[in-house]
Amino acid sequence: MSNTEDNWLLKVNNLTKIYGDYTENSIKNTGPEFNSNICPETGSIVACADINFELYPGEVLGIVGESGSGKSTVVKLLYFDMEQSLGSAFLMPHLDGLSNILEESNQKKRWIRNYLMGMVYQNPRDGLNFKFSSGGNIAEKLIMGGNFHVGNIRNRATDLLEKTEVPVLRMDDKPASFSGGMQQRVQISKAIANNPPLLFLDEVTTGLDVSVQAKVLDLIRELQQDLGIAMIVVSHDLSVIRMLTDRTIVMKNGRIVERGLTDQILQDPQHEYSQLLVSSLL
Amino acid sequence: MNILEINDLSKVFNLHILNNKKLEALKSINFTVEEGEIIGLTGKSGSGKSSLMKCIYRTYLASGGQINYRSINGMVDLVKATDHEVIELRKNEITYCSQFLSVIPRVSAVDVVCENLFKVNTNKEAARYKAKGMLKQLGLPEELWDAFPVTFSGGEQQRINVARAIITSPRFLLIDEPTASLDPKTKDVVVDMLLDLKKQGTSILCISHDEYTIEKLVDRRINLHMGEILNLN
Repeated sequence: MSNTEDNWLLKVNNLTKIYGDYTENSIKNTGPEFNSNICPETGSIVACADINFELYPGEVLGIVGESGSGKSTVVKLLYFDMEQSLGSAFLMPHLDGLSNILEESNQKKRWIRNYLMGMVYQNPRDGLNFKFSSGGNIAEKLIMGGNFHVGNIRNRATDLLEKTEVPVLRMDDKPASFSGGMQQRVQISKAIANNPPLLFLDEVTTGLDVSVQAKVLDLIRELQQDLGIAMIVVSHDLSVIRMLTDRTIVMKNGRIVERGLTDQILQDPQHEYSQLLVSSLL
Repeated sequence: MNILEINDLSKVFNLHILNNKKLEALKSINFTVEEGEIIGLTGKSGSGKSSLMKCIYRTYLASGGQINYRSINGMVDLVKATDHEVIELRKNEITYCSQFLSVIPRVSAVDVVCENLFKVNTNKEAARYKAKGMLKQLGLPEELWDAFPVTFSGGEQQRINVARAIITSPRFLLIDEPTASLDPKTKDVVVDMLLDLKKQGTSILCISHDEYTIEKLVDRRINLHMGEILNLN
């Protein structure tokens, strides 16, 4: 795998999400220079704007920033959980990266979501159906991905639960009866069920206690090493970013304020806000 | 042929959170490294040795000048190269070995040593076999191989750090104080390992305060003082 210029997996251009009515000034008059993402003219909220980046196959990109910086919005737009206001995104395995996935029909978006992407949310309730068993949750994703053979589905679910160290004996239990860390691991199993080339991880360890956090992080690292899945890791926690990512984007007030190699961002941050963030690291 | 040519390199830290305080770490640095050469970087603490190394590895962004590196695929200015270009070079050619081991927690000593090898070689067992051979050579007790290095002594961590850096036989090695916390016998082992690498064609930039190591290891010294090169000999 050589990372030449055309070898990207995901390419994001000018991705923007604004809540409420906006004018062309809404983007101009918000951002880190104004320390605000609320448009002074219309009162619209600029959740993120002018987001541009490329992700290479097998690469792990971190997005870091404080609450409300727009980092989760970026991955939610790319996973079609929200609709963008402006911008485009291209995914190489979908029509050779020539078609803007954000403008596809709902049917095609569903296909892309099920075959080419996985998402792990901070709150397992967003990613799992708590009325289904943990095995059933994985089966749901597998069925969406075109697997209909019950035996195969069960085998794959068993493999995934073993890989993520969820006791297979509890495959038929509902995730509601699981601990937070276990729920998160079921969510990861579900997200990678169809071997997607791209995985989004949105604050996946936030709220877990330290030893459980460690296990979830170890699992993510292992999956990345063994399966070579490209990932976008959204976190406000620089230790998570340091442990998992190669490159990092720093966001503030809905904008990218700095991007670079993760060790550079952590040891020689350039932007005022990145410096503040790094100096706040315990 | 030169593998590295540094022209007028400078580094200034601009600390926004301290009222835009400016710290000048490196001033108009010029030197070259020939292929297969070992250069010792000497100077007092705070003279800019590590900053220079980190600029070359791109952990620090240089403020001015050029760092021209002759990669297998041609010349690259490491000051201006894209992040992806740097990632590729780090994976295939340039290795940095920091002064202190900083490792991912909960990874065994053997796997820490293998980390860079895992990136280019998918055969994990072969990689671990090689790593164990190196740890044996460096005299790390066998019972520690499967343990987590976080709790190891300074000298034990140091040996893991060195093994990890040289296991891939990089083309260009940046190594910071490789022998600082080692006993004389292990020092010799490390020096011999680095000289072996040189025989295989590796070019090395080595920071050291240890006169013994410098004496045995390097072809040439560069002495830094307050961010400037004092002498080139």
